[in-house]
Amino acid sequence: MTEPLARPGRKDPLKKTRLPLNPQGARSRAAHGLTAAAAEGRFVLQSCADCSAVVYPPRDACPVCLSPRLPYKDVDARGVLLAETTVRSSTDPYFRERTPWRIGTVKLDAGPVLVAHLHGDTKEGGRVRLGLKLDKSGAPVAIALPEQDTPHMGDDPQLRELTCDPKFRRVLITDGRTAVGQAMAKAFSEAGSSIIFVGIADAWKPFPGMDALRGIERVEIIPLDITDSESVLEQAEQNGGRIDIIVNTAEHIRAGGIIERRGINIAREEMDVRYFGLMRLAQAFGPGMRFRGADGVNSATAIVNLLSVYALMNWPTYGAHSAAEAACLSATQSLRAELRSGGVRMVNVFFGPLETEWFQTVPPPKVAPAALARAVIEALKKGLEDVFVGDVAEDIRLRLAVNPKALERELAG
Amino acid sequence: MAVANLLAFARAIASGTIRVVDLTQTLTPDFPTIVLPPEFGQCAPFRLEEISRYDERGPAWYWNNLTVGEHTGTHFDAPIHWVSGKDLPDNAVDTIPAKNFIAPAAVIDCSREAKADADFLLTVAFVKAWEKQHGKIGAGSWVLLRTDWSKKSYADYAGLRQDGAHTPGPGPEVVEWLVEERDVHGFGTETIGTDAGQAQHFNPPFPAHFYMHGKGRYGLQCLTNLDLLPAKGAVIIAAPLKIKQGSGSPLRVLALVSAERE
Repeated sequence: MTEPLARPGRKDPLKKTRLPLNPQGARSRAAHGLTAAAAEGRFVLQSCADCSAVVYPPRDACPVCLSPRLPYKDVDARGVLLAETTVRSSTDPYFRERTPWRIGTVKLDAGPVLVAHLHGDTKEGGRVRLGLKLDKSGAPVAIALPEQDTPHMGDDPQLRELTCDPKFRRVLITDGRTAVGQAMAKAFSEAGSSIIFVGIADAWKPFPGMDALRGIERVEIIPLDITDSESVLEQAEQNGGRIDIIVNTAEHIRAGGIIERRGINIAREEMDVRYFGLMRLAQAFGPGMRFRGADGVNSATAIVNLLSVYALMNWPTYGAHSAAEAACLSATQSLRAELRSGGVRMVNVFFGPLETEWFQTVPPPKVAPAALARAVIEALKKGLEDVFVGDVAEDIRLRLAVNPKALERELAG
Repeated sequence: MAVANLLAFARAIASGTIRVVDLTQTLTPDFPTIVLPPEFGQCAPFRLEEISRYDERGPAWYWNNLTVGEHTGTHFDAPIHWVSGKDLPDNAVDTIPAKNFIAPAAVIDCSREAKADADFLLTVAFVKAWEKQHGKIGAGSWVLLRTDWSKKSYADYAGLRQDGAHTPGPGPEVVEWLVEERDVHGFGTETIGTDAGQAQHFNPPFPAHFYMHGKGRYGLQCLTNLDLLPAKGAVIIAAPLKIKQGSGSPLRVLALVSAERE
């Protein structure tokens, strides 16, 4: 059974903060099929299109029949932990600081044998589930998890190294005026976050849900307007050193395409909130978070960006909005690379129309704010990087993989 | 007519015989701007973006780019701002004759009434009572409404409730009367607009805008320090930025007050 994580004590101000280190992260192009799956929390292996052999490690040709046709496919992740060992010393700077470290070989029911990190609740000879996860360097690794969930399983130090679990971490929710921001605050409180800072812009403007928001345990309302560089900097100066997760809930949703809008004022606001807003957050909070990527149990661990799935392919009904979301998505890709050295994850959460006022005329299925918040918590607990919430987002993801041009035409209506 | 002694005037300012009162709110990002329903276009709030501050972006100098709407912070309303003034000559900030930027002011103190009732409306009767005490409002004079609203917290200042803003202002008939019967220069307030918070429900809606701008008169809003002005005798200097066909502009509003108050 996993020893439950103790609430971290206050930091000793005389101690130097440990700088983040990353495990070796280079992978072959073929192996990035695993990166994509780990980012989304799927378990895949190459499966030969000609002889059906399941292949590991990733290769460019099938080791059985030499076919170059080796697509990745979802594979049964269950297997047996054949053998385990504990690494007690290492020359690798990252693992040196983390020994003892258990690793083992897992024989999958699907065939291959993989070397995997081991969750504390796995036993040699026992049945396990393999999870594909991204490590601190953003590279895919396998970890053997107990066959069934065990109590406090997310507190296991080797697993927690691969996830962004909000438990005992301090969260900044950038905009609490929205239904999504408020649902997020509630979800993080329930997930055991130590402090939930919730940004409120223009406090002189009343908004629905204010009292309920204040009533959520461990919520601290702070003035924050991500369209105002000064306000973002001020918050980073005050609280930046103790923020481990940022969830950017600031939204700007207006229907309409490009031509039918008169002028660019609304587009400017969209870009100001979504693109420049993220940039302001990253510039103000990024350096501190990157510095604190290995700062104990409550190390800085993730920036979560909520994104319309139409960032991936424009939906002309919300055409200008989609374009701003696409800009925001592109920025997250740069940020992902920039944050990696600090072991801080950039999590993109994609969703279709929300069950909120700005999508009032859009027919269901729509994503409820509470469902979105649950998905964010789940993603952080699993350590995901790309998350698709709801039927619309999942549908767009699948269609995009098959034929982007068809998707473009179909979204145009 | 004797030539005005401008040097004596400058000396009076330097010596403090004439006080200069700043009626301007500081431009800050969090100062409330007017809030329209979210589906309308919005006035940009004040934003400052550093270009450099003695750093690698510019080693020896500090400067900023700024973003504002024409109606952000303490600002001037030109007649072209309202549809009723759209066809008047010289109705934009760049074409208004420069001499119109300097004019005397009558300051009507409603601070007690506004304190008691956020929806206080100035009436003709109220102004007539004021005139009994201070004399008739002269033609070409600004009428400034002192409510002490500038002393409130931002939330109370904006006064937003579920049914809109609750802030004091003029009723419809008094604005028309001030224009037609007193030939005033314009109307100025401490609140976010020259009109009352609930003025969209008046007839006509937004009467201060409708009547003042319809007759080529001006507006000033988000003023402060009106409590430092005498009821009569102050001279207002309010020159907006020269924006081509601008409907208004943030500006520095100064009042000149004779130190020997009447």
